[in-house]
Amino acid sequence: MTLVTFIGFALILIGIWGMLTRKNIIRIIIGFSIIDTGIHLVMVSIGYLPGRTAPIITSAVDRSAAASHIVDPIPSALVLTAIVIGLAITALMLTYAVRMYRERTSMNIDDYKELKW
Amino acid sequence: MIKKFFTLVTILLFALMVLPLIRQMVPFQELAPVAAAYAEHGPDELGAANLVTSVIVTYRGLDTLGEVTVLFIATAGVGFLLRRDEEDAAESAHSPRKASELLCSGSMLLFPLLMLFGVYIFLHGHLTPGGGFQGGVVIASAFLLLMLARVSFHLNHSVISFVESISGFAYVVIGVLGIFLAAGFLDNRILPLGEFGSLLSAGAIPLIYSLVGLKVGTELTNVIDTMKMKSAHPDESTSDHCPREEEV
Repeated sequence: MTLVTFIGFALILIGIWGMLTRKNIIRIIIGFSIIDTGIHLVMVSIGYLPGRTAPIITSAVDRSAAASHIVDPIPSALVLTAIVIGLAITALMLTYAVRMYRERTSMNIDDYKELKW
Repeated sequence: MIKKFFTLVTILLFALMVLPLIRQMVPFQELAPVAAAYAEHGPDELGAANLVTSVIVTYRGLDTLGEVTVLFIATAGVGFLLRRDEEDAAESAHSPRKASELLCSGSMLLFPLLMLFGVYIFLHGHLTPGGGFQGGVVIASAFLLLMLARVSFHLNHSVISFVESISGFAYVVIGVLGIFLAAGFLDNRILPLGEFGSLLSAGAIPLIYSLVGLKVGTELTNVIDTMKMKSAHPDESTSDHCPREEEV
């Protein structure tokens, strides 16, 4: 277990705590982004192999024996696109927040009771 | 009180869930078989030096097409939710504060550099760390800087939507060409692989990544433009432009 994995899991828990306890919608969105970052860190750290280099074939990496010199490229590829999708989803959430504020002039989640039971 | 208790219990349960994952996780000593196969055959099959790129664009190309679609739908959602009605006009009528001189001069210096850097990143996606998504985000950040510095800046939406639709369409066309000219959908070998490690290599990967870069760049620019507060009308634009040299 590496330090990065631990930090990633810790960020996920902090994000969940933030989403559950904060009242301000913007802060809930920030909590979601923290979970997002934590998941990215965990995924990247799973693909990491100690003592190896980035999965790019250059003069530093022997092309024929690349498999024994590089870290796993698949988690990196997944995280790369996940970051961009996370950006788009955050933009969409913030847009919802703007819409909600226009309707009710309030950022407090307690003022929106329609979907509560 | 009871709410705090439930929150605490939820977080503790999550912690209990991840605890065994952390404790039992053994760091890999070897690549997983799929990754090892990509590393072994990837450079010869696809000619891309950056293995992450060959995974994203070719081996898992269909997933990337799906992610570009997700990005498009999110952008469309932002545009739909923030469409400007007449009722919003009064709210956004007050003119925004003029940008500081530092921001104005900085944006003039940095905008061309950021555009160039974005294009560099997505053109070299198959050789260096980078690619369409990152390059597109850098291009969008260049436009963000421009919009911060010039409140009256108006995007030409027909150009933006033309570039966006053409690049999305061409991405799918290249994918379909792969079915007929090469082994399958989004196969990059419809173009010659070229010399390994040079700019014009790896078949269609630089082309696909350029299209992805243009699409992501225009989409995110559109998001920023939609989220920007509606500025003064174009005919009043002289009042909130960057200060000219002689005015300073």
